[in-house]
Amino acid sequence: MRLATRNILLLTAVILLAVLPLLLVNGEFGGADDAAEALIQEIHPSYEPWFSSFFELPSETESMLFALQAAIGAGIICYAIGYFKGKSVTKTKAK
Amino acid sequence: MKARKSVSLLLLVMGFTAFLLVNEPQSAYAMHIMEGFLPVGWALFWWALFIPFFVLGLRAIARITRETPELKLMLGLAGAFTFVLSALKIPSVTGSSSHPTGTGLGTVMFGPLPMSVLGSIVLLFQAVLLAHGGITTLGANAFSMAVCGPIVGYAVYKWLMKSTGKQLMAIFFAAALADLTTYVVTSLQLSLAFPAESGGILASFVKFGGIFATTQIPLAVSEGLLTVLIWNWLKSNSSEELSILERRMKGAHQA
Repeated sequence: MRLATRNILLLTAVILLAVLPLLLVNGEFGGADDAAEALIQEIHPSYEPWFSSFFELPSETESMLFALQAAIGAGIICYAIGYFKGKSVTKTKAK
Repeated sequence: MKARKSVSLLLLVMGFTAFLLVNEPQSAYAMHIMEGFLPVGWALFWWALFIPFFVLGLRAIARITRETPELKLMLGLAGAFTFVLSALKIPSVTGSSSHPTGTGLGTVMFGPLPMSVLGSIVLLFQAVLLAHGGITTLGANAFSMAVCGPIVGYAVYKWLMKSTGKQLMAIFFAAALADLTTYVVTSLQLSLAFPAESGGILASFVKFGGIFATTQIPLAVSEGLLTVLIWNWLKSNSSEELSILERRMKGAHQA
């Protein structure tokens, strides 16, 4: 199998793994934060969190920051791979 | 050969479909431990346990950049991969979402120690800017994601390379199990801090762990696949750096 085909298959599998639960499972897919509190308070009803975050962001801003995090990471990865590729191409041309 | 492959693929798809249909949705906690949700004693305990690994990680990174400065960009790439993957909140079979850790790639490339630094940078970013995880629980979260996960992933990689020699398979399982281990440790940490009234730590662990494991399994598979994907990508642009890296990986193997 060609590498490109193999990579496309890998990506398809990843996408399916994310999409299938959305289609087939009937859930909230909420973030964990509130569920966490519920679970701990179920086991230890008296527990009070003793420290809380300095600020609570609106969910829109939070998803923007998550996107930003992914974008920074993806930017660095693509810079690195582009750099490596450029280097090996120049090298083969020089030969 | 080809027929057998497609049959096993079909079985896999059917298995997942059945699994998804049978699974009851439930709300689950499957991310980092939230700010303030560990009692002070435990928070300090995990910080104390994490800090030595962080120091060792800094020294490991210093050694890598000194011995092979060509690999600085590779280190950055490994860190960036963790950045991307831990930002991807993916829906899972339990009806809630969680995210992968992305520590597997760097672990395979550089060993487990540098990841203690790279992983905790990501956790710090999320705790400070995103109010996801927390400063007080950073020690515990870093210990599970940036220390335990990579150590297990590395052991799996070495073991599979030695016994089978199939690199892509070894990378897949190293990444997937590093991911899964992270959340097993998280549930252990939570159950140590919050033992159930009846049944104690073990009952709590079964409760936290049961939810964690099922939510995280498909994500661990995704993480393994994505790590193999980026490895393929690096390999196809086969550069000088990758051969330096592979020499380094082999050298570490002999030591």
